[in-house]
Amino acid sequence: MSVTAPDSSPVTSPPSIPFILKKALISAAVALVLFSLMIGVRTEAGPTGQLIYWTRFGELASLVAAVFGGSIVIELLRQWLGPSDTRQLIPPSVQGGLAVAGRLVGPALLIFTLLVPVIFYDQRYILDLGILVLTYVMLGWGLNVVVGLAGLLDLGYVAFYAVGAYSYALLATNFGLSFWVCLPLAGILASFWGVLLGFPVLRLRGDYLAIVTLAFGEIIRLVIINWQSLTGGPNGVSGIPRPSFFGIPLTPGEDGFAARLGIEFSPTHRIVFLFYLILALALLTNWVTIRLRRLPIGRAWEALREDEVACRALGINTTTTKLTAFATGAMFGGFAGAFFATRQGFISPESFTFQESALVLAIVVLGGMGSQLGVALAALAMIGGFELFRGLDQYRMLVFGVAMVLLMIWRPRGLIGHRAPTVYLKQSQAISSDLVKEGHG
Amino acid sequence: MDYFAQQLINGLVLGSIYGLIAIGYTMVYGIVGMINFAHGDIFMIGGFIALITFLVLVSFGLTAIPLILLIVLLVSMAITALYGWTVERIAYRPLRHSFRLAPMLSAIGMSFVLSNFSQVAQGARVKPVPPIITGGYTLHDSAGGFAVQLSNIQIVVVLTTVVLLAIFTWLVARTRLGRDMRACEQDQTMAALLGVDVDRTISMTFVIGSALAAVAGMMYLLYYGLVDFYMGFVAGIKAFTAAVLGGIGSLPGAMLGGLAIGLIETMWSAYFSVEYKDVAAFSILIVVLIFLPTGLLGRPEVEKV
Repeated sequence: MSVTAPDSSPVTSPPSIPFILKKALISAAVALVLFSLMIGVRTEAGPTGQLIYWTRFGELASLVAAVFGGSIVIELLRQWLGPSDTRQLIPPSVQGGLAVAGRLVGPALLIFTLLVPVIFYDQRYILDLGILVLTYVMLGWGLNVVVGLAGLLDLGYVAFYAVGAYSYALLATNFGLSFWVCLPLAGILASFWGVLLGFPVLRLRGDYLAIVTLAFGEIIRLVIINWQSLTGGPNGVSGIPRPSFFGIPLTPGEDGFAARLGIEFSPTHRIVFLFYLILALALLTNWVTIRLRRLPIGRAWEALREDEVACRALGINTTTTKLTAFATGAMFGGFAGAFFATRQGFISPESFTFQESALVLAIVVLGGMGSQLGVALAALAMIGGFELFRGLDQYRMLVFGVAMVLLMIWRPRGLIGHRAPTVYLKQSQAISSDLVKEGHG
Repeated sequence: MDYFAQQLINGLVLGSIYGLIAIGYTMVYGIVGMINFAHGDIFMIGGFIALITFLVLVSFGLTAIPLILLIVLLVSMAITALYGWTVERIAYRPLRHSFRLAPMLSAIGMSFVLSNFSQVAQGARVKPVPPIITGGYTLHDSAGGFAVQLSNIQIVVVLTTVVLLAIFTWLVARTRLGRDMRACEQDQTMAALLGVDVDRTISMTFVIGSALAAVAGMMYLLYYGLVDFYMGFVAGIKAFTAAVLGGIGSLPGAMLGGLAIGLIETMWSAYFSVEYKDVAAFSILIVVLIFLPTGLLGRPEVEKV
């Protein structure tokens, strides 16, 4: 296993300039046709409601020029880097180094995360960003149970997030239940919906499963929008109670957290509390997942991902295995949803679109499907990257889409392209994740 | 009864549009074995290009409506087909032999790219157009005051669909390209060994599917009189539902499924509730996959180890 794969790629001839130019010219011509109408002509409803248009040939020309230049650069880079063989196995020395680094990165990251509120106490923005990243880390770890471990492709994960959020919001605003009572309830309700979705889709595989879960996510969102008497429809639910420090409210009042401790009240206390709350929830997700992986059920999930038919032959009950994966993943989604509701204080169906599902799925895939640390790093990279483009609001999703396509082409196996096997004979060896099958089931 | 007849007509027209999109899904799934998530957005691009071409032509002083429509149809088919080709070339071809999730995620990314590209390029607001084809016939006028109408635009949509389907069926059944496509669908390696250019055939599949989606986009524009950058997502899922309902991989099935979804959606809106029409369509997808995973005309998939 630890043998370096022989370099089977043929020696390429040095780049010939006419060839590159020809390729770039073709790309530019294609771009010209593609963008001629979409970019060259801009339509808008005029003052009278009649559609008017104006031309933007300058933008068109610069875009086509950019495509021309870009394709020359890409071609040169490709020739320079040579055809890359992505199926390389990792040599033992590097493997050892990686293993050491892998062991260190996790704890270091955890310690840093624990210290974030201390270091950046005054920087509200960083704390808010940290909470956001941790929310996605938790969602990623939750979805990882379904996609990464059990190999069931779920495109509707946001449905469980929504169920959790609305469970808490409605229970808290209608019945006045506290966050700590609602949190388990939100998880239970979400996992109930997970089982409900799981039952009908048990027989489906791969792509079909993906599309059904997507439809399910959309159904949940449409029902939330249209069931106005319960959910407030597109207006959402507002005035969701903030969480309390185990019963002590984090308010400037007489019996507030600050007054009881005898320190001066600061609104940052709540942010810091929320930060540690989501950190605790995320770590709980991580811990449960790691523990479950060592139990028979976790082993069954991974076996299911590798080969469903073999699973059945070995007497594993695939029905319960799939259902528990759905339920467990959904439960963590529900927890995250409840946290989201209490953090925002306001939720509306707009927060639970397909884009969220795609984002969480992208985090899991980018993280290398099944790697806990990878998911955390991917969430950091994705949400951090999203924040970088905050100023360019309308370009954000465009960039996200481009990034998703490029990442798939560049590293379809995610950033952490290898992982330690859960079960091994004699010694543990990191294996290239090309050798790990993804879910067909 | 009259009300029902009217809904039947509306449903069939809507179903024709869904059917045209569904053919693109079913062809790509049949040959490459992936769900082309971006196909709904290709349909949206087709609608936008038809709209822009129409505006430009009208401002050039062209007044003959049939001529304008013909040019719009051809331009929108050609450019949208190029979009389909480019999407395949950039996002799917490098992943042809990658693991199964990769093309799907790449397709989701591409869908975001296309819809947000047109949002950035053409703005987020809905683009309305005045009715281009007007007039119609009253088929039946009952004493109760409800008249069954068949508008000219509905005739145009159905006629265009029928003509295109005839051309398309001929293309698949009788031409060299169609034979190559059917060969690739059955066994890509074998087809390649026998001299079929698999890459080119797959590209052509995307081109044809996108051209049909462009027609659907233009029909949508004519029929509903508006386009917006987000319309591809829901229409795409519904058309995929249609493809699955008809049996994925089967071309007549896609059309049949499209008509069925169009009818179900229209009838649901007419007799139950407009708000939940999308929920109805998505629920049908789930129900069909559970009880009839191979669809109406699909072949059962054999489970291989």
